[in-house]
This record gives sequence, structure tokens and C-alpha cells, in this order.
Amino acid sequence: MENTVRRVLEILERDARTPPADIGAMLGVDEAEVRRTIQECERKKFIRRYKTIVDWEKTGDDSVLAFIDVRVSPAREVGFDDVAARIYGFPEVVAVNLVSGGYDLQVTVRGPSLKDVAMFVAEKLATIDRVNSTTTHFLLRRYKEDGEVLVEPEEDRRLAVTP
Amino acid sequence: MRVSRVVDSIPPSGIRRFFDIVSQMEDVVSLGVGEPDFVTPFRIREAAIYSLERGYTQYTSNWGLLELRQEVARLLARRYGVEYRPESEILITVGVSEGLDLALRAILNPGDEVLIPEPCYVSYSPCALFAGGVPVPIASDAGTGFRVRIEALEAAVTPRTRAILINFPNNPTGATLRRADLERLAALAQRRDLIVISDEIYADLTYDGEHVSMASLPGMRDRTILLNGFSKAFAMTGWRIAYAAGPPDLVAAMTKIHQYTMLCASIVAQKAALEACRNGEPEMEKMVRQYDERRRFFVKGLNDLGLECQVPEGAFYVFPSIRSTGLSSEEFAESLLMEQRVAVVPGTAFGASGEGHVRCSYAYSIDSIREALRRIERFVAGRRNQVDRGTEGQRDGERADERAGPERKHAAAVPARV
Repeated sequence: MENTVRRVLEILERDARTPPADIGAMLGVDEAEVRRTIQECERKKFIRRYKTIVDWEKTGDDSVLAFIDVRVSPAREVGFDDVAARIYGFPEVVAVNLVSGGYDLQVTVRGPSLKDVAMFVAEKLATIDRVNSTTTHFLLRRYKEDGEVLVEPEEDRRLAVTP
Repeated sequence: MRVSRVVDSIPPSGIRRFFDIVSQMEDVVSLGVGEPDFVTPFRIREAAIYSLERGYTQYTSNWGLLELRQEVARLLARRYGVEYRPESEILITVGVSEGLDLALRAILNPGDEVLIPEPCYVSYSPCALFAGGVPVPIASDAGTGFRVRIEALEAAVTPRTRAILINFPNNPTGATLRRADLERLAALAQRRDLIVISDEIYADLTYDGEHVSMASLPGMRDRTILLNGFSKAFAMTGWRIAYAAGPPDLVAAMTKIHQYTMLCASIVAQKAALEACRNGEPEMEKMVRQYDERRRFFVKGLNDLGLECQVPEGAFYVFPSIRSTGLSSEEFAESLLMEQRVAVVPGTAFGASGEGHVRCSYAYSIDSIREALRRIERFVAGRRNQVDRGTEGQRDGERADERAGPERKHAAAVPARV
């Protein structure tokens, strides 16, 4: 990948709202080129979309997030894909990954309360054909997400003026 | 008087007074700091924690841990192409500050002169005086991009001149020396048999082109004391860990002083530095990329405001000219702090030739720099209005033109605000 493209992507990954003019200044290229680069990245799907990292806890939102380990019997021809599709179709499901190790699908579910999530797992997930077992872990606290440490940032401990 | 004449003769640091004012104020955006905003990379901190858990709490060899000297030798060879023997040519010091003090004390006899290109770091002249030497400041200016002029150096050489003390990339100007400049400096040192003390603490923070170490030039290894360390590139200022490399006789002399005064650098810091050498470079390079982005962003911002500055090629400082405001460096820094709560350091803190400039550090997040630029813009616009009010009855800015000289045109680019 071309160096400018990588640098633009790195800056946007840190702060997706950095104005193209500022990115241009930071990289020493003109704004128009930055805009072109961004459009190109969007077109090529290097940039999937722009999202916001929200600290929902701070907003007083008390919805819950759960990580569910799902064991599945794979089937001929389709493997795990059909079961995965059955799972990711539900709007309650935020993420689905196929993983190696003690279970197969790692599913993230969001719901208004512990009970809602538990009921969703019991009624919708556990009952899907070839799902053999589920283990639910409720999220208690987020420390770091997408490379971003969510606990209060460390203050600037430097003296205000030093030689 | 109970204090020695030498100590008494040295004026208090210009930065100190400024610091006292800043620390009393709230909501200050400071661009006054000479250290990274990054915390030491975690893998380096973790290595230090582990060394403490393992009970590494003793003195080390006066020279520093041999394995650290070996890693430093590899680092110097890898990054700057200079070869040093870890056993006899590298000394681990408590910051470059200590290395500088040792170097001067190791080579100066009373009354020996040291040529010091200015603007420069605040400690050079005082350290030369403490060592019994005579600092000879050599002014440089924006006209040469704050690169020291060899002719000026040469003209200042006397039979008492022992050494030249250089610092490129430079604090406070961000200037670097090109290979051609260095070659001419090396030729001068050889012609006049001078030692070069080369403080290369900002070497890794070189953005345009490669850093050329003084010691890498033909014939210079034997007359160069190379000082470098971990503070800036690895964000390790508070650890106080650095090194000196040079020919065996000079390094041995420095070690003699070091063993009686400092004994050795802290073992925890040495263990941390070891990790920095071995595995720290990828994270260092990441930090350097960010400084580079901030540098371009900040320089463009300042130039857009009419505060003319050259693009600094190294370190993390911009040294804009503030002449277009008609203020002196001190006035500018103080008024900017009082009116807009932005802290910068007057250029005169780094020598008389810093007049007309202020040092702004860009070891801050882009958001902080953006806010600082907004405030500086308000400040400069306010100044311009004052200047205009002072010229009532004349055509706009005419008298101010006379007052501020030709650079006045830059101020005219700043939109006046009421």
C-alpha cells in the first residue's frame, strides 16, 4: 500500500473527524489529494465506515453486553456458515466470529437487561439446529476497545515549562 | 559571600521565572515543554518492573551494565553507522546532561575556551563555566536556518580554544546540519585541532533525510565525544539514562569523574534502556511519525497566521519569528500567556541570538496544537488592531511598517478583528 494512503488511514483511525485540510497539513500534501485518497479508500472498502466509540456507561445507559461461546456441529458442504447466518440475522447480535479452541462461534449480544439477553440465548440461540451448547459471559467492565483505553486517560504530568 | 563566585556569576534561568508564572495559572495551553507527551512505551516500563521483581537493586559497574553498553554499540552501528567498543569506548550516564558535564570537565583546563553555537540548550554555557572554561557563544540566525556558520566559528578560534559544542537536531530551533555543513565543521576541527562535543539527543527525531552523526565523518571519531540517550526518542526523560561514546582516553577520563561523583546510573533505568535498545524501535518510530505530522500541521498553522517559521527538520520544536508583532521575545511570550493563556518560551532563554523568536514545542496532541493556534491567532489579531489604533490619522499600518521593519508584511496577512 502506498505510504500516503497508509498515513491517511492511520490518522483517520485515531480520529475519523480530522478535517482533510488538517490531514493535508500533517502529511505535507494538498487537501484535494487527501480527499481523493479518502474517496479512493472508501471506494476500495479500505474504509468500511466511520463509527463512534461511545462510552455508554457514562450516558447512563444500562443495557448489557454478553459474549456467548457457542458450540456447533459443522455440516457437510456448509461447515458453520449456515448456523452463523442464522445467528447474525438477529438484530440483538452485534458480532459473530468463528474461532479455534474450546468452542466454535463467538457471539456478542446486546440487550436492555440481563434477563432479556438470557432469554434471547435460551429461546433463540440455544434452539438453533446443530447448536450443541452455549456459555454466556456478561460484560462487567470495558478497559480497552479498538486500541483505545477507555478508563480515564492519564493526565499530563509534565511540568508546564521545561528547557 | 558564601556562594562561589562562579555559581554566583551565573544568572538564574530565564525559563524558571516563566515557569513560576505559568504554574500559578489555570486553563493554560502549554507549548513550553521540552519533553515528549508520550509515556514511556509499556514494554519498557514492564521490563523495569520485572527487573525490580527479580531484585536488581544494586550498583552496577561504573561504566554501566556491559550488556547495555553492548546493545548501545549495536544501536549506534545500526542507526548511525558508527562503531564503538563497548568495553572501553561507551559510558552510561545519568542523562545527556551528565555526559555533557563530564565531557567538559574531562577536557578543559582553567581558561580554555569552548565555542557554543547559539541559540542552544540552556545548560551549555553554565556547564562550561562550572568546568572552569570560558564559553564563547557563536550567534546564528534565521537567515542560515539557524545552522551555525563555519566562518563565524573559525573567526572565534583562538589558541585557547579546546572544543566546539554542537547540538543538531537543535533545541530550540529544530535545525539540523547537512552532511556538507558537518564536513566543513569537521575540517575546521581537524585544522585547528579541536574536540567536538556533539549532543545528538534528538538524532532519532530527524524528519527530512537521515541524521548524520559527527562521529561518522572520516577522521572525526577520534576527536568527537558523542552524547545521546533515551529521553527523547523513547520518551524516557524521567529515567535519566543516556550514554557517551568516544575515543578511549576521553571516555576513560569522563569515567574517572563519573565514578567519583555519580558512581553509576540507576540500575532500573539501565534495565529499561536495555529493553528500549532491544525491542523499542518500532514504538519509537511510531512516535516519530506522529511528531512529524504535528510538525507539518503546526508549521503550516503558524505561517498561515503570519508568524513566519522555517520547517524545522528535527527535534520537536518550532522557532517562529515574532518580529511581525513588533514585540520582543519576552514581551510576546508574557503577553501571550497573560492574554490567551498559551505558554511558549522566549527565544532569548537560549541565547541573545534567539531574540525575535519564541520556542514552541509540538510534543502535544493535534487537538492541543489546534487550540493553541486558535489562541495565538486571536492574540496576533489583537496586536494588529492595537498597532492600527496607534496609527490613527495615517494610512493603515504605515508607521507600523517603519516600526517593525520589512517583516511587517506578514502581519498584514492576519485578518483584523474587532
